[in-house]
Amino acid sequence: MAEVLESSQPIGSMDSRAKWKYLDNILTRTGPFTDEDFPCGEGAIESLSRAKVLVIGAGGLGCEILKNLALSGFQDIHVIDMDTIDVSNLNRQFLFRHADVGKYKADVAAKFVEKRVKGVKITPYCGKIQDKDEEYYMQFSLIVCGLDSIEARRWINATLVSMFDDTDSDSLKPLIDGGTEGFKGQARVILPTITSCIECQLDMHAPRAAVPLCTLATIPRQPQHCIEWAHIIAWEEERKDITLDTDDSEHITWLFQKALKRAQEFNIAGVTYSMTQGVVKNIIPAIASTNAIIAASSCNEAFKIATGGSNPFLGTPGADNYMMYTGDDSIYTYTFEHEKKPDCPVCGNLARPLKVDQRFTLEEFLDGLAERPESQLKKPSIRTEGKSLYYQSPPSLEEQTRPNLFKKLNELVEEGEEVVITDPAIPGQFKYKLRFS
Amino acid sequence: MADLPPPVQGPTAKEKKYDRQLRLWGATGQAALENSHILLLNAGPGVVGLETLKNLVLPGIGQFTIQDSALVSEADLGVNFFLEEEHLGGFRAEHTCNLLKELNPDVQGGFITEPIETFLNTPESLKPYTLIIATAPIRPEHLAKLSAHANTSLVPLFYTHSVGFYSHFSIHLPPKFPIVDTHPDVETTSDLRLVKPWPELVQFAMEKTNGIDTMDHEDHGHIPYLCLILYYLEEWKKEHDGQVPQNFQEKTAFRTLISKAARTDAPEGGEENFEEAVGAVLKSLNPPEASSSVLSIFQTEECQNLSTDSPTFWVIANAIGRFYTKYGVLPLPGTVPDMKARSGEYVQLQNVYKNKARKDVAEVLDNVRSLESQLQRKKPVEEKDVEAFCKNAAHIKLVHGRPFHIVQQGNPIKWGNQAKTAVEALTSVYPESLIPLYFAFLAWDDFVAKHSKDSLAGAPKLPGETDPETDGYEVVGIALKIMDDLIKEAGAVVEDTDYSDLKTKVRQYAEELVRAGGAELHNISALAGGLVSQEVIKVITEQYVPVDNTAVFDGVKSKSSIIRV
Ligand SMILES: [Zn+2]
Repeated sequence: MAEVLESSQPIGSMDSRAKWKYLDNILTRTGPFTDEDFPCGEGAIESLSRAKVLVIGAGGLGCEILKNLALSGFQDIHVIDMDTIDVSNLNRQFLFRHADVGKYKADVAAKFVEKRVKGVKITPYCGKIQDKDEEYYMQFSLIVCGLDSIEARRWINATLVSMFDDTDSDSLKPLIDGGTEGFKGQARVILPTITSCIECQLDMHAPRAAVPLCTLATIPRQPQHCIEWAHIIAWEEERKDITLDTDDSEHITWLFQKALKRAQEFNIAGVTYSMTQGVVKNIIPAIASTNAIIAASSCNEAFKIATGGSNPFLGTPGADNYMMYTGDDSIYTYTFEHEKKPDCPVCGNLARPLKVDQRFTLEEFLDGLAERPESQLKKPSIRTEGKSLYYQSPPSLEEQTRPNLFKKLNELVEEGEEVVITDPAIPGQFKYKLRFS
Repeated sequence: MADLPPPVQGPTAKEKKYDRQLRLWGATGQAALENSHILLLNAGPGVVGLETLKNLVLPGIGQFTIQDSALVSEADLGVNFFLEEEHLGGFRAEHTCNLLKELNPDVQGGFITEPIETFLNTPESLKPYTLIIATAPIRPEHLAKLSAHANTSLVPLFYTHSVGFYSHFSIHLPPKFPIVDTHPDVETTSDLRLVKPWPELVQFAMEKTNGIDTMDHEDHGHIPYLCLILYYLEEWKKEHDGQVPQNFQEKTAFRTLISKAARTDAPEGGEENFEEAVGAVLKSLNPPEASSSVLSIFQTEECQNLSTDSPTFWVIANAIGRFYTKYGVLPLPGTVPDMKARSGEYVQLQNVYKNKARKDVAEVLDNVRSLESQLQRKKPVEEKDVEAFCKNAAHIKLVHGRPFHIVQQGNPIKWGNQAKTAVEALTSVYPESLIPLYFAFLAWDDFVAKHSKDSLAGAPKLPGETDPETDGYEVVGIALKIMDDLIKEAGAVVEDTDYSDLKTKVRQYAEELVRAGGAELHNISALAGGLVSQEVIKVITEQYVPVDNTAVFDGVKSKSSIIRV
């Protein structure tokens, strides 16, 4: 965690802080729960204003997070987002206006908050988190994530875990992660390698079960099945040469009409344009209220950490680290300690037992890894200690290992043998011990 | 492209902008939002109210008005996102209103800089508003006036605090606040009537299972699981005096019966439809009786004694009540979950359910029409409202709105029939209630009422503004007395060790509250603004289920509690 640096210039001279009158009531006073090491007064003020914080995502959560951090006394904020602004963002991403549609979110958001809250410096990067290396991430004292992609979360989590060096306390980067869906959400604090990480908690965010291909191809029953058919099968058959762009309304219209026609053939009601868009783009409903709640909860934890314990924060080893929120039926929060898993493929050191059907081919097994809640790996390469079983790349190795895909598992590995799986989406490697069933 | 249907009308600009929320509350919810006019009575640092409005302007309420007599100070700039340096010295209401309006050109905004005293004294000043949000600190007599208005005009009233790491809000709804579209969890709501099937469903199931033992694998593996359950229920009844499985043990045995009937020599190994049937047994064999909360709605005075101008809800509720009396079941919702089946057979099955649901709706509609003519009602209830009601009849909710607590000098807080539940919550270990935090907020209000600065328009003195130690001592004292009064009113006895633990909790909450000296932390206000706006949306759209009736959030532990007061 960031230590309080020796100050070369006075930051917190009291009369320049009229603007922070309210904040300073908390920073210059202790309360009944305050940590005994809390650097009450100048120390807390300085610790906060010198903390360099990275915000990942400048969307629904990100806009809120940037505003909240700027008005919590953070002064050096960086933000990463690769997306541009779409008109459907405007119902909640309040730093953007109609005239901003098409511009980079990170740029517009940073400029807006800098203009509104004087004295805060916000440095945007319009690109992918994977563009940046460890040296880049090392400069921050903490990281707040407001993402809608599980993959990006897993990537940053694995990166932060691998960066930790137990001889250098500065290499520990607390990760605060928020996520929402409709009226539900969660906020969690992770101290990489010390407390439960995103990967330890992966099975709490299971992917939706995919509809079997044969249902789509031969026995559709739901409007969604017809849309998926148009999306996965019809497009491939009829428009193979055009890359599907789910933001192109001509493309969506084509899929919609295909789906509608198929639905009519099977007497299935309910295909709409809006549903087509929802299925194809995997749209998750989102509103300002839930984003506000989850972003604020995340920033509240960031604030408590960065002030050096103005109050206890989530994620202290042995304490609660996860707040689950539901708002559709009254209001319900469940705050608990998610325990670190010793066999976590990212932060643990034991191989995780994995039950598999030994009659499966290697290909079936690898396909299954994408859907298993605890692995969710889409492009896995696999090896045992002694041999390469299947590699996605380079092409020569792929070709060489491809025949293994059609062999049964029990021809390739022993019961209880350890395999190592890697996936380009997530740094590091996953160790599993295969148990035959 | 010649074989495709004619080109479609894509979404409108509004549908595009609001796409992510229309997927939640639909066009009717959106229309309700657009017809609302919300009044914010802003006070203190004023952040929580504005963060609430932000989350309402974005999804497109019709109008908002901010009443706030404060001038913009330097301290506002460090906590409030809707002010800029150039606004220093100007009216906070005006500038926050303008910056909020920028968020959504579809929303009208207005402001009132008149002090709350004179504003509330102006006759009919509250008349234009469909919902009112008041923020602390506010004088008890003003809050009482608002509460009286909420009582007589049936306008929902919200009252909220955001102080340091803590926040609170209470909702005063009309005494009878019904909700049809509660958006229940899809998993828990399928009502398939398997233990009380109607003749068409029985016939369908018998057709599809006819010759089940001699079917080829392809047919056998595609019998919809509902038909399987119905078929094996008949088999079971033959051995059990015509009774369906009654208890857990019997249901488990029934499950085994189905599981054993699955073929193991099918080409794919097992049979998915049998697996689905086995998985559904435990949840689909409950008799389709209406819940006690739904039955009590039928018994409500408003439902029993309809009048010419009864709200639509009660007319439909009465009509469904009659239906229930006649058949012992609610109208069929008519939806069927997805299951392994051939397309054509699945659609047939869907139609069996849909047709029955339509028949039920038609009968309820007949009841409605005859009630209308008996009562000589002018405007007929719309058919789509009857349909929506029938579809969700098992999950309708009636919220009994009521005034929340307002501190009154010299008088203890009255808990009435909530006293016992409140003491139970107070002494419950798991889940731990944050009710001591609520005492601290009441004590905070009591302190503010006692220490109001002399002049009428003067800002009240807030606990801990200048002397946290002295004020803390006082607020702790008031909070402890509030707890004692509650225990006394409930006639409860709290064990000594529990009591001393509770005293510690109350003291800690009160001290932490006073530490803030009346300050809002932006994060906590943003969070509370998220919660309050969400509840406002539920109340305006009459969808989902609102908080009944008080919530507190503890930003130290990151926990919340709901308290009924
Ligand atoms: Zn882990």
